[in-house]
Amino acid sequence: MDLLHSLQLTLAEELISVSGLILLLVAAWSGDKAARLISIASVAVLVACAALAVPALAGAAAGPDTYAFGAQYKADAFSAFGKILIYLGAAVTLIVAPAFLDRFNAMRAEFPLLVLFAALGMGIMVSAGDLLALYIGLELNSLAAYVLAAFLRTDDRSAEAGLKYFVLGSLASGILLYGISLTYGFSGHTDFAGIRAALGAGVMSTGATFGLVFVLAGLAFKISAAPFHMWTPDVYEGAPTPVTTFFATAPKVAALGLLMRVSIEAFGSQPGAWQQIVIFAALLSIVIGALGAIGQDNIKRLMAYSSINNVGFMLIGLACGTQAGVSAMLVYLAIYVVMSIAGFVAILMLRDADDRPVESIADLSGLSKTRPGLAVALAAVMFSLAGIPPLFGFWGKFVVFQAAVQANLVALAAIGIAASVIGAFYYLKVVKVMYFDDAADKVHGRNDLAHTVLLVAASIFLSPLGYLLTNWLHLLAGNAASALFHA
Amino acid sequence: MIGIEHYVVVSSILFVLGVLGIFLNRKNVIIILMAIELILLSVNLNLVAFSAFLHDLVGQVFAMFVLTVAAGEAAIGLAILVIYFRGRGTIAVDDVNRMKG
Repeated sequence: MDLLHSLQLTLAEELISVSGLILLLVAAWSGDKAARLISIASVAVLVACAALAVPALAGAAAGPDTYAFGAQYKADAFSAFGKILIYLGAAVTLIVAPAFLDRFNAMRAEFPLLVLFAALGMGIMVSAGDLLALYIGLELNSLAAYVLAAFLRTDDRSAEAGLKYFVLGSLASGILLYGISLTYGFSGHTDFAGIRAALGAGVMSTGATFGLVFVLAGLAFKISAAPFHMWTPDVYEGAPTPVTTFFATAPKVAALGLLMRVSIEAFGSQPGAWQQIVIFAALLSIVIGALGAIGQDNIKRLMAYSSINNVGFMLIGLACGTQAGVSAMLVYLAIYVVMSIAGFVAILMLRDADDRPVESIADLSGLSKTRPGLAVALAAVMFSLAGIPPLFGFWGKFVVFQAAVQANLVALAAIGIAASVIGAFYYLKVVKVMYFDDAADKVHGRNDLAHTVLLVAASIFLSPLGYLLTNWLHLLAGNAASALFHA
Repeated sequence: MIGIEHYVVVSSILFVLGVLGIFLNRKNVIIILMAIELILLSVNLNLVAFSAFLHDLVGQVFAMFVLTVAAGEAAIGLAILVIYFRGRGTIAVDDVNRMKG
């Protein structure tokens, strides 16, 4: 009975792994001509898995009923929230990827499968209740991601991005593992509840503190928070754009979800120890993200610095250490995922007369005259990322700062607001180039329906109409956050 | 008598050597792969030593998983290295600079 219950709770993971294996066989038998079919099937699997997560999220599932395999795996509302965003990011990647890869003659049947297995790993990451499950999920995701970054095998930049991502990602995994081994040694447990009980509320031993610092450093690598952000611009620029879309959405949700779960559940009895680290990483990410973006000419590099900057704002929510803070962070995360999707779909639609991708910001000049619709969407994304009202990106920043003020972190909120003003500079620069510079007339590519529909849907979400969803979004984020605090 | 602290000291030395191997090495990407393996092995030493010290099997099970993942990681690392070498004809660390940063 116990096993049956566990299998029911992990249904989404089983569905992905079994259908992934079947599709792998299909790929082996029919080769690359089945690539599109496999993509469509993978999207269907991801949508089905997202649907499976809805009941847990709406029902605010929490507590021992949601624990599978002896609390190794937790199918609570928090993991459901993360998984829906992860599957959304992965599905969008699979929808936009075939057209892009076809132009490079690189659409292979492995691509959707790698995305599918990465999504499986990320689902395990956000549901992990044990350091072992955490590690396996993280590696399943990372190993697939290294290959995806190097997917354009004939392109120098893609291979270099894959190599850099592999070296720094493996180093991060090593640091994380070293922290895990110390945490295990000094607490005697690998399950989060056991670690929490063993650490207690008293003074933390030096070994356990080292373990905590190493675990957080490893996770900071994965969410690309400063001071461990150096791989981000190169990987974002070099990886094929659909893969960059993927990196900016799904793995970010998974790693941030993992960071929240480890901080609150495993190290929840010692909040003082990790709050300082999170505050430091948040401030540094915000400043480095804002300053580093100035002077970038490649729009994918700009988005990379923007993601470092936005991760800093999200970490402010975690730094509060309160349920309201985590809930605000989840709201921000959901909005950020949609902003990234809109931004990268718009970037994918920028192509010159020969159907090559346009990535230089200078080439966007006068886009408002040649492609007004695209320019409006890109401008909306930039304003939204900068957090300028009335766009929906503002709401994410607002709730995070509100939570910080409620948690008596007024100085942190003030510095964050000041830095977001600095950050607005480079977002506005893109808008200025598109609207006020002479037309360069570079962007000519025609686009298919899928891109247009995705861009319009995401832009409507980011427009002031998005505020109609705030009640609903806050309810779901609140459910998820409360599951984390009542584990 | 060799106690747990000796094991922890050895494993931390190996870990530091691995990290330094990644950052100080300017010659060859394969040395980086070796340094990554060194880090993972230092973790395994730690896990097994703690497992024996705590009389708890979880650490040894964890070490098995780490070994398995390390094998997969090395395979993927070498595969990426091969496609990189095909495109550029070199695997010197200083040449990995098509993109600034």
